[in-house]
Amino acid sequence: MIRAGARYRLLALFVLPALVVYVAFSVYPLISSVVLSFFDSDGPSGSIFIGLDNYVHLFVDPYTSERFWNALLNSAEFFGIHLLVEVPIGLLMAALLTSNTIRRSRGVYRTLLFIPATLSVVIVGFVWRLIINPLFGVVKFPLLGDAATALPTISLMSVWQYVGIPMIFLYTALIAIPDDILEASRIDGARAWQQFWRIKFPLILPQFGLIAILTYIWTFNGFDIVYALNGSAPGPNYATDILGTLFYRTFFGSSGQVADLDLGATIASVIFFIILIVTAAYFVVLQRRLKTYEL
Amino acid sequence: MTSTAIRAGATRERTRPRLQKGEAASATFVHGLLIVFAVIAIAPILIIVLNSFKTTVGIFGGPFALPDADTFNLQGYVNVFSRGNFALNYLNSVIVTVSTIALTVVLGTMAAWALVEYRVRVSTLVAGFFVIGIMLPIRLGTVPLIKGMVATGLIDTLFALILVYTAMQLPLAVALMMTYFRSVPGELKEAARMDGAREFQVLGIALPLVRPGIAAVASITMLPVWNDLWFPLILAPSRENQTVTLGVQQFVGQFQSDYPALLAALTLGALPLIILFTLFSRQFINGLSAGYGK
Repeated sequence: MIRAGARYRLLALFVLPALVVYVAFSVYPLISSVVLSFFDSDGPSGSIFIGLDNYVHLFVDPYTSERFWNALLNSAEFFGIHLLVEVPIGLLMAALLTSNTIRRSRGVYRTLLFIPATLSVVIVGFVWRLIINPLFGVVKFPLLGDAATALPTISLMSVWQYVGIPMIFLYTALIAIPDDILEASRIDGARAWQQFWRIKFPLILPQFGLIAILTYIWTFNGFDIVYALNGSAPGPNYATDILGTLFYRTFFGSSGQVADLDLGATIASVIFFIILIVTAAYFVVLQRRLKTYEL
Repeated sequence: MTSTAIRAGATRERTRPRLQKGEAASATFVHGLLIVFAVIAIAPILIIVLNSFKTTVGIFGGPFALPDADTFNLQGYVNVFSRGNFALNYLNSVIVTVSTIALTVVLGTMAAWALVEYRVRVSTLVAGFFVIGIMLPIRLGTVPLIKGMVATGLIDTLFALILVYTAMQLPLAVALMMTYFRSVPGELKEAARMDGAREFQVLGIALPLVRPGIAAVASITMLPVWNDLWFPLILAPSRENQTVTLGVQQFVGQFQSDYPALLAALTLGALPLIILFTLFSRQFINGLSAGYGK
């Protein structure tokens, strides 16, 4: 047994290196970003505290707010398409993979279906832009050129890429269900379809909820696929501009827009709060209720 | 009711050796759907790889055709290496990814070991502090990160990327390694301590038992780091520090009409990770499910 004093010393010795890197390059910048959103540091007299002025500017200023609300709605749509398409297809794939009838080829399918998720968005964006290029002849309509179809098209490219992630989450949850539960239901005459919805699905609800909330975090934090396809002022006419691209454009600047670090930090903070509130609410309200089945 | 129960029971008796008629039909159905999904997942990648070996005329003349004597050419690959910065981009990506994995594994293992092994009142708190980080979107701290990197002179260096990626991956690494360290038998550690081993040596004795955890951490760190576009764009954008992902992105922007070269660049960017993932998919899947699931 190690004495309490020694335990503290050892804990500090082993944990501090990781803690320092984690705090310095992840936690501190996030907090600092929120702090920065209450200041104006671009003026000649250095940094001045301006309260909520940056937020007011972001929400109300005619030009800035138009871009912001547009990006927020687009991010919501980007998330919605992932939630309604990616998560259910991932669930279907996981259900098929764990079907008793294909035990032997499971591993092969699992690997093949996950491969798109190993690609970088640059590749995904280009592959799909090429395939839906009217010159290629698969589709005749310029899907990315039309404001109505551009964002759904990009979202579906992203779904194509990342569907393997919910699949793997739900797959590992499904194979963790003890066999005796399933045997019992089979003896009671449950068919595969019934067994899935009445027994398996309720048992994996916590993981289903977790992947839904992770999808929310990842999509509201999205940037790469839109930037890879359409750059930092994503057209047509900002129809594919999401919060991530707006954030990047604001602090980095782009043609026709001067870099504004404080406003960038403000947008980051807004995204952070959007993510934080829903995630916290989810864990406090829902996840606790879903945990009722302990396997 | 009883008859279905008996029927189901009877089916179950006979399933193991051979599939029943109904099950064979359902197996065909399951395979059919999975094959459709697999084709949708793989075909676009194959199209890129195949077309990278063709001439521009070949690409647009028959985008889905295999390269033949007329259309086969390697000019795309030649152009990538002569015009692009590919060798250097690769080297940068390898340096960043390998260093991040090493740093994440070492720091994450040490922290997880201590959080499991030296239980004091703050241990749970510190562990929770790390776990919250799994969900923290680190990109949102980019503005202060830029300021900090500029102030310390680390801006536009590979080291800046390594530090940020390590911070990004540490929470998952700590959470994962904690689940593996919990399963190391206490007797083993106590026996080592009785023999007068120092704590670093006790950790050394426990390490072989958590090797699957280390493999999971390494494989789960590889993908997001290699494929990230955001931080290379912001923290290391200059030509000599570009990673493959950023390099391909810039190449695509510059050589919009040189399709063979573009496709060659994309193929070269995609293949290493596809190969690594195929080799380590088991470790990767363990990491993904155990890391987030707990």
